[in-house]
Amino acid sequence: MIAQILFIIILAAAVYLFSRNAGKVRRNILLGRDTDRSDNPALRWKTMAKVALGQTKMVKRPLAAVMHFFIYVGFVIINLEVLEIMIDGIFGSHRIFSKPLGSLYGLLIGGFEILAVLVLTACVVFLARRNIFRLKRFRGVEMTEWPRSDANYILIIEILLMTAFLTMNAADHKLQLLNYGHYIKAGSFPVSTFIGPLLPGDANGLAITERVCWWFHIIGILAFLNYLPYSKHFHILLAFPNTYYSNLKPKGEFTDMASVTNEVKAMLDPSFVPESSGEPGRFGAKDATDLTWKNLMEAYTCTECGRCTSVCPANITGKLLSPRKIMMDTRDRITEMGNNIDKYGKDYQDSKTLLDNYITREELWACTTCNACVDACPVNINPLEIITEMRRYIVMEESQAPTSLNNMFGNMENNGAPWKYSNADRFNWKEE
Amino acid sequence: MENPKSEITVPTMAEMAAQGKQPEILFWVGCAGSFDERAQKITRDICKILQHVGINYAVLGTEESCTGDPAKRAGNEFLFQMQAIANIQVLDAYQIKKIVTGCPHCFNTIKNEYPGLGGNYEVIHHSQLIQQLIDEGKLKAEGGESFKGKRITYHDPCYLGRGNNVYEAPRRALEVLDAELVEMKRCKSNGLCCGAGGAQMFKEPEKGTKDINVERMADILESKAQVIAAACPFCMTMLRDGVKHENKEQEIKVLDIAEITVRANGL
Repeated sequence: MIAQILFIIILAAAVYLFSRNAGKVRRNILLGRDTDRSDNPALRWKTMAKVALGQTKMVKRPLAAVMHFFIYVGFVIINLEVLEIMIDGIFGSHRIFSKPLGSLYGLLIGGFEILAVLVLTACVVFLARRNIFRLKRFRGVEMTEWPRSDANYILIIEILLMTAFLTMNAADHKLQLLNYGHYIKAGSFPVSTFIGPLLPGDANGLAITERVCWWFHIIGILAFLNYLPYSKHFHILLAFPNTYYSNLKPKGEFTDMASVTNEVKAMLDPSFVPESSGEPGRFGAKDATDLTWKNLMEAYTCTECGRCTSVCPANITGKLLSPRKIMMDTRDRITEMGNNIDKYGKDYQDSKTLLDNYITREELWACTTCNACVDACPVNINPLEIITEMRRYIVMEESQAPTSLNNMFGNMENNGAPWKYSNADRFNWKEE
Repeated sequence: MENPKSEITVPTMAEMAAQGKQPEILFWVGCAGSFDERAQKITRDICKILQHVGINYAVLGTEESCTGDPAKRAGNEFLFQMQAIANIQVLDAYQIKKIVTGCPHCFNTIKNEYPGLGGNYEVIHHSQLIQQLIDEGKLKAEGGESFKGKRITYHDPCYLGRGNNVYEAPRRALEVLDAELVEMKRCKSNGLCCGAGGAQMFKEPEKGTKDINVERMADILESKAQVIAAACPFCMTMLRDGVKHENKEQEIKVLDIAEITVRANGL
């Protein structure tokens, strides 16, 4: 009875804390400007099913894709077991699904065990890639101590959870064979059978082992849940809405700025009266709140895999730009702005901005807008849109484009070409 | 290089309108195609193809102006929209319905970004036109230079490939050549940028360890191609500079899809 009460208290606290922190992330995302992504729901569901659920964009790197798939499937399916653990915890039952499911139960538990081994294998491979083989993709300037530790923590927690799960099963299985207490014969244990010999032989020791692992496993999962909003691992949840709200237009098409259209039309035609233009606002993005909620959702969805940076022509050739850093900086800045609101109230302004304090101009001007980063992202994140918005701020609000680009603008304004050629010569190509 | 026998006559929209005629398609030349000496050859070759198959076309001549692409990529939305709206006025005044461009940047901008400003046209890139003509049997690869057995690789321009998912049309134009087509390590959606996009063409690159076109040369050398097929005047410039950088001008030629088509057909 005490165990049940304790379990319910821990569960309620975990759920409460998680919803509070997830709610903060949601609030932070909604600090962004509005953008409409409500069109074409059918295609949006399809995109989500393909990209997030089906992980179709992972396959470009086959080893990572297979290993990631193990962890993903393991995570989703082993959650069925977590459901049983929850019910057992609340009602004080033991393996409540075993009776109603009958022989299917053995198949399920056996399946979970095999999945658990696959998850363990993948986690070990991933740890090795990060820490022994030191893949270049997981290095880079933005991969400072915290992001590197974050990745390792996630993998280590998963290893511990799977180990606890298998050890718990091994102890349970041995207790079943001893006909001990409430440990009814249930399940099949293709993997944990091999752990059995390592465990104590006496029933008491086994029962303690089983309980300790049970509690460790479920408290571990609840703690992990609460780690998510602070971690890159949040992608397991946000990948779904993020792909649902994907950009459905061709990648070459950049967003149009209706606020500019009004001004341009008024300039070309003095009699033009713009439709209610709303508040003037800023052209482009200086700070994270100048970006759209979709940009900010992407920042929280990023799991720092670095596929974007590894295909970025600027980054490959040693320039400062790294699309992954753009996303991480955006996330860190909007989180900082959110924390400021919590601490000092809604109207607080610190002296920092996303531009300059996080992302430098040199990074922004190195981009060739080639869309390789956008194409590479397994969850349809678009770093290019943020880069463009920040360029827009620099050019239209500050007039601080590099001199050579200002010359190009001047040429275009004066003679309709980016070079200094007279428009009268435009048709000279017809003579050889 | 060009065949001196073939004369081209290039009708302008103004002349056509004066005669009360309407062309089937407008050929949007683009700034590079108009002013860049190397790209001018490609422009003339596109005209030769249009003329050869008897398509009724016209150009805007001096009435054409930059689409605004480099301004938009550089963040100057004002200038972009000024250019776009002025161009749309010209295009609409001539009641243009269909456009073929000689540049993926013009193609992308007019096709995707003009509709939002009221300019709606059917836009194709010249590689798509060539593909259509080949598929319709109007263009073959006979009567001209033979590319048989030559190693050719195709460099995907970002704004044609990733930007608009046009990967097959330019390859189709090469498949008819009976040449040895080889793909680079980074091709199609994995293709590496030439380094000119996003208005980089008009500025010095930021500080780094090497230039992007030099990085691309590694893929090209690895492919052992004798001909690099391009489909964008900016890629053309960058790739030629890359070849020059490696001192491979004798061994490797950079040719546009249109030039290859013209040569293969002896136009």
